[in-house]
Amino acid sequence: MEAHAAQSPAAPRSRPLRLPGVGAGLGRGVVVLWLSVIVLLPLAALLDKSLSEGLGHFWSQVTSPQAIQSLKLILVCSLIVVAINAVFGTIVAWLLVRDNFPGKSIVNAIIDLPFALPTIVASLILIELWGKNSPVGVDIALTRAAIVVALCFVTLPFVVRAVQPLLIEMDRDMEEAAASLGAGGFTIFRRIIFPNLLPGLAAGVALAFARALGEYGSVLLFAGGKKDTTVASILIGQQIEQGNESGAAAISIVLLAMALACLLVITLIQRWGSRHERSQVNLAANPVITGAAEEKDDQRE
Amino acid sequence: MGISVEGANKCFGDFQALDDVSIEVPDGSLTALLGPSGSGKSTLLRAIAGLETLDAGRVLIDGEDVSRTPTQKREVGFVFQHYAAFKHMTVYENVGFGLKIRKWKKDKIRARVDELLNLVQLPGLADRYPSQLSGGQRQRMALARALAVQPQVLLLDEPFGALDAKVRKDLRTWLRNLHEEMNVTTIFVTHDQEEAMDVAGQLVVMNQGRVEQSGSADDLYEKPANEFVMSFVGEVNRLGDNFVRPHDIEIVRDRDDSTEEAMVQRIVALGFEIRVELVLGDGTEVWAQLTRGELQRLELQEGQIAYLRPVQAKSFNGAPPSDTSGASTPQGSADGGDAEVSAAV
Ligand SMILES: Nc1ncnc2c1ncn2[C@@H]1O[C@H](COP(=O)(O)OP(=O)(O)O)[C@@H](O)[C@H]1O
Repeated sequence: MEAHAAQSPAAPRSRPLRLPGVGAGLGRGVVVLWLSVIVLLPLAALLDKSLSEGLGHFWSQVTSPQAIQSLKLILVCSLIVVAINAVFGTIVAWLLVRDNFPGKSIVNAIIDLPFALPTIVASLILIELWGKNSPVGVDIALTRAAIVVALCFVTLPFVVRAVQPLLIEMDRDMEEAAASLGAGGFTIFRRIIFPNLLPGLAAGVALAFARALGEYGSVLLFAGGKKDTTVASILIGQQIEQGNESGAAAISIVLLAMALACLLVITLIQRWGSRHERSQVNLAANPVITGAAEEKDDQRE
Repeated sequence: MGISVEGANKCFGDFQALDDVSIEVPDGSLTALLGPSGSGKSTLLRAIAGLETLDAGRVLIDGEDVSRTPTQKREVGFVFQHYAAFKHMTVYENVGFGLKIRKWKKDKIRARVDELLNLVQLPGLADRYPSQLSGGQRQRMALARALAVQPQVLLLDEPFGALDAKVRKDLRTWLRNLHEEMNVTTIFVTHDQEEAMDVAGQLVVMNQGRVEQSGSADDLYEKPANEFVMSFVGEVNRLGDNFVRPHDIEIVRDRDDSTEEAMVQRIVALGFEIRVELVLGDGTEVWAQLTRGELQRLELQEGQIAYLRPVQAKSFNGAPPSDTSGASTPQGSADGGDAEVSAAV
């Protein structure tokens, strides 16, 4: 690869400088090993487990009424949640970047709380707030609404943290230029600000969606594993308890496939978002997207 | 459309960016706001555009008080130093933006955008994105975008500030020609006195949030109102209370009553111009600008003693300069605050 690059001096300037030799090779080796141990091996084991009793069994497990209902439920809830997040996450990011209010830095820190908090603790908080003893008198515990609330809580940071850096970096001159050309506030938002936030917003939404699909802890306690509140992840837990490990693995594979589809969508969005730019949307600026960050580090070596 | 600003004041926190600024910009003129960075030029320009609200004072466009009119309704074209290109839109969409907002028909927009792209010499680049243009091209696109809506006035905030020297010079000439063609009242901000003098018919010199002087390039150069203007619009030497331009210092080989003794420290040839650096007896450093021919005639050498004579000096503090020849101040007499004095020969 290095030799090839050396032969063609016209290679794009944006190519990262690569140090030849042991350092780079070692670095790549470590990364591959690490990814294998952490990600690839468990995935292979999971796939193997799900197919351990044959394709037919796999199919019957994932198409059982129970499985279909749980998958449908989590899909619908996740869609609702990301729609809510897209709107409120953007508003929160907007206030954090463009507004000045007392306690702003505290709010900014609190946004990450759902990341830092064990989901069990999150669900305890939610039960206190929205359960039997709700101070506002709204008891939604053990209902489908609870699923949505729990998922909203744990996925809030994704959109905020994906949109925030784009808002910070956005060129305010663009908005002023639009105003001088006669654009009112709403037009400026729709035609100037929103299109520039869209790549980040979409990536944040896709990540939040992927996270919501697999959320377990907070949903388990707050929404319970009742007949009509059993989402896919909880069904997996129940299957394991009942000793049906291959069934659990099969449903896991479906969730996994959906999450992978989300990641694919993120990649496509990034491409699309950078169609008019030389540099890509900087997803690495978002601390939650460690995958992108690792890739960057790898290239720098 | 003439523009006037009356008694403009603007503070950012306790920093006063504009301090009782009044300017008058005649209809159809090309006026430069000139001053060092931080002197309030951009703030003033942005206040005229309505991008900044004044704490006190008024902005009038064509005699009408627009101080309370939002930017959207002021019908000003604004061009930013860093282009402010809508980077998610093509050149075509950028230039047509204002027209689309005004709900023009598609084919009319197309015709107008084509016309403007020709005017700014960017034909054929309509489908590019701003990132695919050079800095100079981006700025011309921004200008086309501002002109598309036929603004009453055109405001340019350091429009060439981010470009390299060669492109700057080209665009400067080009802007002057464009202004002649379009005749839109134009104000542009710059900290480069050469650029201001080259492009603008009228200059407003600002410093620390105040207007120091306004007038034509000649006025400012020949009759600076104060020390600041004198040193900002050209090179200047200070000799005691007097200020002398380097080309107004004559170097002679023989001493007389009107000359001062100095040692030639360095001779720098800058093409046709020669810069001669000298030190006076009291340690004051001055430099004189000679032509190559003059230098050859004088046969000056570094380290040699020569005699210099200020041909034209200015004093701004009202105090008459000392007239003991051979002292640190050159010969001359002042009769007022900004008196122009000629040395007795
Ligand atoms: N929005 C703002 N907030 C605080 N200070 C500002 C703001 N805009 C300008 N200033 C200050 O006002 C002063 C004048 O700025 P400006 O008008 O941009 O000067 P110039 O264009 O002459 O360089 C500067 O010192 C700048 O720091």
